[in-house]
Amino acid sequence: MEFWIAQTFNGVSYGALLFLLAGGLSLIFGMMRIVNMTHGSYYLLGGYVGLTVIWKTGSFPLAILAGALAIAIVGLGEYNAFLKRLGGQELGQVLTTMGFALIFQDLGLVIWGGDPYTIPVPAVLSGAYQIGQLFFPVYRIFIVAVAALVAVVLWLVLEQTRVGAMIRATVDDAEMARGVGINVPLISMGVFALGAFLAAVAGVVAGGFVGVYPGADFEILPYAFVVVIVGGMGSLKGALIGSLMVGLLDNFGKAFFPELSYFTLFAPMAAILAIRPTGLFGRA
Amino acid sequence: MPPRSQQIGLATLLLLLVISPPFLSSFLLTLLTQALIYSILAMSLDLLVGYLGLASLGHAAYLGLGAYSVGVLTTRHGANFWVTLAVGLLLAAVVAAVFGLVALRATGVYFLMITLALGMVIWGLAHRWVSMTQGDNGISRIPRPDLGLPWSLARGIPFYYFCLAGFVVALWILWVIVRSPFGQSLVGIRESESRMRTLGYHVWLHKYIGFIIAGTVGGFSGVLWGYYNGFVSPADVELATSVEILLMVALGGRATLLGPAVGAGVIVFLKNLVSVYTHRWLLILGAVYIGTIVYAPEGIVGAVRQFAKGVKPEPLRSKT
Repeated sequence: MEFWIAQTFNGVSYGALLFLLAGGLSLIFGMMRIVNMTHGSYYLLGGYVGLTVIWKTGSFPLAILAGALAIAIVGLGEYNAFLKRLGGQELGQVLTTMGFALIFQDLGLVIWGGDPYTIPVPAVLSGAYQIGQLFFPVYRIFIVAVAALVAVVLWLVLEQTRVGAMIRATVDDAEMARGVGINVPLISMGVFALGAFLAAVAGVVAGGFVGVYPGADFEILPYAFVVVIVGGMGSLKGALIGSLMVGLLDNFGKAFFPELSYFTLFAPMAAILAIRPTGLFGRA
Repeated sequence: MPPRSQQIGLATLLLLLVISPPFLSSFLLTLLTQALIYSILAMSLDLLVGYLGLASLGHAAYLGLGAYSVGVLTTRHGANFWVTLAVGLLLAAVVAAVFGLVALRATGVYFLMITLALGMVIWGLAHRWVSMTQGDNGISRIPRPDLGLPWSLARGIPFYYFCLAGFVVALWILWVIVRSPFGQSLVGIRESESRMRTLGYHVWLHKYIGFIIAGTVGGFSGVLWGYYNGFVSPADVELATSVEILLMVALGGRATLLGPAVGAGVIVFLKNLVSVYTHRWLLILGAVYIGTIVYAPEGIVGAVRQFAKGVKPEPLRSKT
């Protein structure tokens, strides 16, 4: 029993981290159909910027904010200078964003070196609650709380505000949205920046959990893609359920079939796609 | 490009490949061998990307299947070349047949994503199925094949010609395929699936067969790669490798077969030569990715064609 609770908790907290990373990616996919290989770089660079900020100021909240804002600006630059013009050209998008991912990977190496770092977390967030035989690290609970907060805020914005309605309209049918006077280019830019922002938040938060190290970008990228594929592009609900599924599958897969653990993650996903090519909550 | 100039280009290329080894240092010869093997892989992907209009993000999987077949069979069972070749091709074909069932339900972005995930299945097995693949350590000390020839393939020049022969065979097979009525039907499907269906073609079956051929030829390059490198590891099947093969195709020029081969050569030489001079080669490779899309969306062959004819390039677009 303890085993199940502990593994489920671990799976859910990893899923929460994935949601932070993949929620924005899913919106970007849904709205602009951009295959963004740079998303993992946003996560890694966000972690690095957060690391530097925490070294200089010692403030964890400031690290999250600064990392996220810096990366949102980087994302905006990339989008405006290149990706905006590659609408509908998947091959062009993949190669361009891959180019940026390699450049960012190298810049990360130049600026922060090749050593792995852990972002020091505030004392309030360290330690663990103990219930019987079980330990629940406070930091993992914090990650779940952050993800829950982001999910609720995103949901409220998308469902309850005028801007949210514009975003949903653009996801559904960009041409019609433009036709009724919605500023689609501006909305798209905003969503792209939001995606980069959230990826960087995930990066800083993950820095206190799995660390910040070269290669983390390409390690996490497939997970983010899988979440989006399983959940369906452009669906927040899909991203949420997809993240939890991937987090749990990854954890139990590693616990039960260590030799086949990635297989147990990607194979069910392939099976879901075979039945629903657009993902659980996606529309074609 | 009219067939005439294509033939001249091909003949020149092959002649250069045949006569160049004595003039090359062993380092350059190694790189040229590597370029030949990657050319096979890039040409096989071109069948999907160029002729069928389906951009796959998981093509490194077939390189891995071929290379791991060689690695496991030679180091553990002392298998000879023909056995590893047969197993490698068969394994790649079977996996492509299974993956094709899933992947061909989608097109465009969804096809990209599904092939990415399927490629990751193979990467996951390579990475984690330690008892079979030795995980991150990879399988090392793969011996060069012994074909009973008077020249030992352990030496650079004979092995180069061995790979050149493989390249020519793969090129010939793909050339025949794309010029056949079947190959033309693939182009027809790329241009308009619904029209081909109306004309009575079994569209799905044609795509499926194309997908399996691409995977099998990719597996062939993997067999050569295993022998060439003497080592196979999960790095051979990772996502970055799959994207790199796509770059080779785009850089050389889609739907031209020889273009992707040229693209493969450029990337292999660039990667290895630049890394000799600077540690910042990732930066340069990244710039090549972006530069290709910005400046040569139709690739090298496309640019040459445009120069020769003054034709406007089409945007780099696969089917959505």
